[in-house]
Amino acid sequence: MLQVTDVSAGYGGFQALFGVTLHVDPGEAVAVIGPNGAGKTTLLRVISKLIPATQGALVMDGQPYNELPAHAVISLGIAQVPEGRRLFPRLTVEDNLRMGAFIPAARASYEERLEFVYSLFPRMKERRLQLAGTMSGGEQQMCAIGRALMSGPKLLLLDEPSAGLAPVVVQSIFELIRKIRAEGYTVLIVEQNVQQVLKVVDRAYLLETGRIRSSGPASQLLDSDEIRSAYLGMA
Amino acid sequence: MEFLDIFLLEAVLNGVLLGGLLALLALGLNLVFGVIDVVWICYAELIMVGMYCIWFLYAKLGVPLAIAMPAGIVAVGALGAAMHHFVIRPVLAAEPINQLLVTGGVLFFLQAAATVAFGVEFRNIGVRLPSLAMGEMSFSVARIVAFGVAIAAIAATYLFLSRTFIGTAIRAISQDRTIMPLMGVNPSRIYLMTSAMGGALAGLASCLLVLQYDVHPAIGLSFGPITFMICVLGGLGNLIGGFVAAFVFAQFISVGGFFFQLEWGYVIAFAFFIVVMFWKPEGLLARRR
Repeated sequence: MLQVTDVSAGYGGFQALFGVTLHVDPGEAVAVIGPNGAGKTTLLRVISKLIPATQGALVMDGQPYNELPAHAVISLGIAQVPEGRRLFPRLTVEDNLRMGAFIPAARASYEERLEFVYSLFPRMKERRLQLAGTMSGGEQQMCAIGRALMSGPKLLLLDEPSAGLAPVVVQSIFELIRKIRAEGYTVLIVEQNVQQVLKVVDRAYLLETGRIRSSGPASQLLDSDEIRSAYLGMA
Repeated sequence: MEFLDIFLLEAVLNGVLLGGLLALLALGLNLVFGVIDVVWICYAELIMVGMYCIWFLYAKLGVPLAIAMPAGIVAVGALGAAMHHFVIRPVLAAEPINQLLVTGGVLFFLQAAATVAFGVEFRNIGVRLPSLAMGEMSFSVARIVAFGVAIAAIAATYLFLSRTFIGTAIRAISQDRTIMPLMGVNPSRIYLMTSAMGGALAGLASCLLVLQYDVHPAIGLSFGPITFMICVLGGLGNLIGGFVAAFVFAQFISVGGFFFQLEWGYVIAFAFFIVVMFWKPEGLLARRR
C-alpha cells in the first residue's frame, strides 16, 4: 500500500532522516519505534508531505506522489493524526470532525462518516457541541483520531498517540487502536511506548538517529535482546 | 417632557439603524484580521472604490442599479483578492508594523488613483429615497434599507462560517495554520477566499453608502477610523465583539448627537473609545486566544 524508498529529509542544514526504506501492506499495522529525536515524527511529516523529502521515493497504491502538494496527500487515502493531537481548540468537537471531512470526496458522505465515528467513539457524540480544547487529553486524542477517520482513509498515520497522557488513559488509547484495526484500517504508528505498541502491531521498524536499525515481526522484536535492554529496561 | 421622549426614541432608533451599517463595515475588516492576522488600514478605501464603481456605471454609463450594484460588489471582492495576492502575501511573514505600513500605502495609492481618475469633486448618483414618517418621528428609507441589508448580510456570513465546510476552514485556519494541509486544505486558497469575502462585504457596504453619501476620494476618512475603532472596541478579530461594539458606538453617536449637536456625538463616541482603551485595552469582548 505505502512504499517509502531510500528517503532522506531534514530541516534547514540539519538532516534528520538518512535513506529510510519501509513499506506498509494493506490491512497491516506497522510501528516505527525508537528514542526521542530519532526522526520518527519527521518520517511521518515526510509521508504527509508537510516537509519535502530531499531524496528518495514515496509511493501510495502504486502512485508516486513526491511531487504532490501537502494538501493533496489526504486524497490518496493517507490521513494523519499529528503529534500532540493538534485539534482546533476553539471549535466544537463536531466542527473538528467536519474539518476532517473537508476534501470533496469525504464531504459527499459526511453524515455517514459522522455516524460511523460517533458509533466508534460514543463519548464524542455526547461532547459534540463542546469546545475541543476544553476536553481531557484522552478525549482529545479520541477526537483527533475521529477527525482523521472522517476523510475515509485507507492508511491512518498515528504520531505518538500516547504522548502526554496519564497511564490509565494510555491503556484506553491502545484499546482504541485495536478497535480501529478491527474495523479493517491499515495503520502506521510512531510511538515511544515500545512495550505497549508492539502488542498491537504486526511488524515494527526500529529507527535510530535517522536510520532504520532493525525491523521484523512485533513478537520477534519484543524478544530481541537489543530492544529488551534499550527500550524495555530488561537485561 | 413628552416632546423630548419621542425625539430621544427617534435618536435611539436611528442609532440602531446606524449600528447595523457600522456592524457590516466592521465585519469585513474583522473577518480578514481574524483569519489572516493583518489589518487592512485601507478597508474604507476599498469601499470608496466600490462607490465610484457604482457611480460610474450608473450615473455615467447609465447601467441600471440592479446591475451596477452587484458589479460593484464583484469588483471590490476581486480587489480584495488582488490586495491579498499582490500586497499581503509577500509580507505575510513580515513584522506586523510593516504589514500595517503596506496597507497604509494602499490607502494613499487608492486615494490618489481616485483623484486622478475622477477628480476631487463630490459625486452623487442622484437617487433620493424618501423619508418614512411614523407618528412624529421620521426615518430615512435609505437608512432602513441599509440596516435591513446589513443585518441580512451579517446573518448570511454567520451561517456561511458556521454551517459550511469552507466556513469552518476559515474559522479553523486562524487557530492552527500548519496542520491545515493534513485536512486537505490549501491555506493560501482559504486566505484568498477570505480576502475576496472581506472585499465583497466592503463592496456591499459601498452599495448602501452610495445611497446616502456623495463619493469623493477622501470619503474613506469619514468612516475608516470609526470602523477601525469599532473593531478594536469589540476585540480585533472577534466578529461577535465587533457586532456588539457597532451598536454601542452607534448609540453614542446618535443619542450623543441628540443631546448636544451631531458633531458632538462623534466626540462623545471617541471619548468613550479612549476611556475603554485605558480600562480594557484588549477590547470589550477580548479576542479569544
